[in-house]
Amino acid sequence: MNSIEHAVDQHAPYNSQGFFSKVTRWIFTTNHKDIGTLYLWLSLIMFFVGGAMALLIRAELFQPGARIISPEIFNQMTTFHGLIMVFGVIMPAMVGLANWQIPMMIGAPDMALPRLNNWSFWILPFAFALLVSTLFMSGPAPNFGWTFYAPLSTTYGPKSTDFMIFSIHLLGLSSILGAINIIATIFNLRAPGMTFMKMPIFVWSWLITAFLLLAVMPVLAGVVTMMLADRHFGTSFFNAAGGGDPILFQHVFWFFGHPEVYILIMPAFGVMSEVIPTFSRKKIFGYKFMIYAISVIAFLSLLVWAHHMFTSGIPLVSELFFMYATMLIAVPTGVKIFNWVATIYKGSVTFETPMLFAIAFLFLFTLGGFSGLMLSIVPADYQYQDTYFVVAHFHYVLIPGSVYAIMAAIYYWLPKWTGHRYNERLGQWHFWLTVISTNLTFFPMHFLGLAGMPRRIPDYALQFADFNMIATIGAFIFGFSQLLFLINIVRTVRGKGPHVSNQVWEGAHGLEWTLPSPPPYHTFSSPPTIDECK
Amino acid sequence: MIHEKGSYYLPSPSYWPIFGSCALFCIMFGAAHWLHGVNWGPPLFFVGLALLFFVMYGWFHHVIQESLAGLYNKQVDHSYRWGMAWFIFSEVMFFGAFFGALFYSRISAVAELAGDSTSLFGASALTHYLIWPGFMPHWPLLHNPDPSLFPAPKQVMEAWGIPALNTLILLSSGGTITWAHWGMIKNKRSHVLIGLLLTVLLGITFLCFQAHEYITAYEDYNLRLTSGIYGTTFFMLTGFHGLHVTIGTIMLIVILFRAYLNHFNSEHHFAFEAVSWYWHFVDVVWLFLFVFVYWL
Repeated sequence: MNSIEHAVDQHAPYNSQGFFSKVTRWIFTTNHKDIGTLYLWLSLIMFFVGGAMALLIRAELFQPGARIISPEIFNQMTTFHGLIMVFGVIMPAMVGLANWQIPMMIGAPDMALPRLNNWSFWILPFAFALLVSTLFMSGPAPNFGWTFYAPLSTTYGPKSTDFMIFSIHLLGLSSILGAINIIATIFNLRAPGMTFMKMPIFVWSWLITAFLLLAVMPVLAGVVTMMLADRHFGTSFFNAAGGGDPILFQHVFWFFGHPEVYILIMPAFGVMSEVIPTFSRKKIFGYKFMIYAISVIAFLSLLVWAHHMFTSGIPLVSELFFMYATMLIAVPTGVKIFNWVATIYKGSVTFETPMLFAIAFLFLFTLGGFSGLMLSIVPADYQYQDTYFVVAHFHYVLIPGSVYAIMAAIYYWLPKWTGHRYNERLGQWHFWLTVISTNLTFFPMHFLGLAGMPRRIPDYALQFADFNMIATIGAFIFGFSQLLFLINIVRTVRGKGPHVSNQVWEGAHGLEWTLPSPPPYHTFSSPPTIDECK
Repeated sequence: MIHEKGSYYLPSPSYWPIFGSCALFCIMFGAAHWLHGVNWGPPLFFVGLALLFFVMYGWFHHVIQESLAGLYNKQVDHSYRWGMAWFIFSEVMFFGAFFGALFYSRISAVAELAGDSTSLFGASALTHYLIWPGFMPHWPLLHNPDPSLFPAPKQVMEAWGIPALNTLILLSSGGTITWAHWGMIKNKRSHVLIGLLLTVLLGITFLCFQAHEYITAYEDYNLRLTSGIYGTTFFMLTGFHGLHVTIGTIMLIVILFRAYLNHFNSEHHFAFEAVSWYWHFVDVVWLFLFVFVYWL
């Protein structure tokens, strides 16, 4: 495998006979489909790990009073649940989709930098090993929430914080390398005729996401480096006694953190823009404006970070700026929502599982957007800050937003990837259980938050008992119904469903649907010519 | 569009990335244990570092062999160009975080600690009145709010001494590397070698001056990482820059060696260009450092 002479004719999965070569196939692979698969399996595994942590949290909150886990463990679980869901589930899933789809959608043979692509993935298991190892060490694991605010994480952070810091360095490196690869692929490997304004919106959304990743992941690396220096080398970035300021931490962290949530949602917008036209059997409404809207959202996302800090004592003039800038994001987001609705309007719509998830996305993500608008209002935010209202808000945008989009994407593209149809009945059961339990879990949290229940506390006043009980029941239904998803995926991957045609879906358009199902190991050995306008 | 029909290049599976990941894991796991005073921390760290160097040597060696075998067409070349350009962009953002910390501290944190609540990002002035009412604002900070925790420096670096000389050195090194590039385009080997050698020597000179400056700061001026926000930003910014100059110098030495081995010609010398981009980036960062850390 080192010989250069053979480097050019690797167009088929090389012989994987014997255990060793079966394992090394996945470890040494430079194939975008293999790497995409690895990302997606990692994401699915971490989804259940992070989900189990969420269920521990909800079990503790089933009734008031400390019952199941100690407050110390509770704090660690909230921290890990957040970190794992953001960095271990949604981001890898989106990168996995990018790996599978972008080369097929733009007519490329593979990603532009395949070895780097392998490295981007294989850094992740080591990073998570570093992070999760803290749970098994003597002394507490990181316990200050996924936002690891200073001085909780510096002056008062447990020893294990250093492992989290290094783990975040690795996660950042993986994301940066992945983003570079995606940009190089899209800029450089488009087939002749695949101009920028013919690219599928999924590819566009990932291009812009990759720019955001490059802009903010280094800043995250910077802020954890400052933490490390404050913890061990006597610097005073976040220590007022030396002229620093703990608020500085929040500024730098949220300069990363706010674009990060757009990194989580923008590929989801891309998925929606593929799924909705297919099942409406219409072209996307307002293609150009969808792209402009994503670009504007990405740009604005870099200018709104301090809306996470309204109660930290920043001056009124900054609060006003960040309030209006935040509200402005509703405009391009509204453009997108209305364009999706207009795409469905007068289409011949069918309701296969991906489309069901897409429609649920439209309703519930919009709901999460509205609670976001409420939070952007400074005086109202003084009330909502650090309550369950915030928890309800970001779970509504992250689950019906990013997670539903990932599920829609899996149901949508899995037949293409495997050549087999998933089980539609099981898919519909999964959808309805998921969407009902999502609302059962998170809708009551709005009321809890408005009534003043603080987040990240393992106990609560008696008045909050009923809604918490409902939320816990919903969470358990949500958690266990994801087993249906797992079963459906495993069945399809093992070839249990009927064979599908190349086009798979009646209304599907685009380069990937002209390929056989499953597509060849290296999609295009020579560039296809694009003549049909998408 | 830069396609040549039917000429996609696909590398074969590679074991370098997974070794790279193992190396990073050893470095990080070792470093964290080192910080906690565990005695096997440092050895693990250095084993990881050695493995990383080995991986970089092997990986680059492999790529160079492929390049010399003529496997890379224009498209691959462009992918590497985009890759390097956006990698440098991410580095810019990394420095951006530290510059942001510097500006925030100077403009906002220090003013607020001194009781001025009118600054743009500053919070209330209560800290000043309740905890350190005697604290006066000035930059560079020669009196910290709590001198018992963070003893202040006696003196800070004067811009128009060694730092100005270092500015001159780095700027001329930008010139010499461009001069080497001209030689590369004209296929003049000795011209390239002299240009690169001069650049390497200037880089090393810069680093020696920087080391001398650090020693002066620590020994004579009592300016340390622990001397409050001025020392913090001074050492973290110049330190990360110095680290990048070191990396850049090592890359230049590799390129010098490769130029000596006739790896490049006027058409194919992207490795040279990538390193020169990196060197110019390091140069520009220094200009910002000189203005905002030393001068103003």
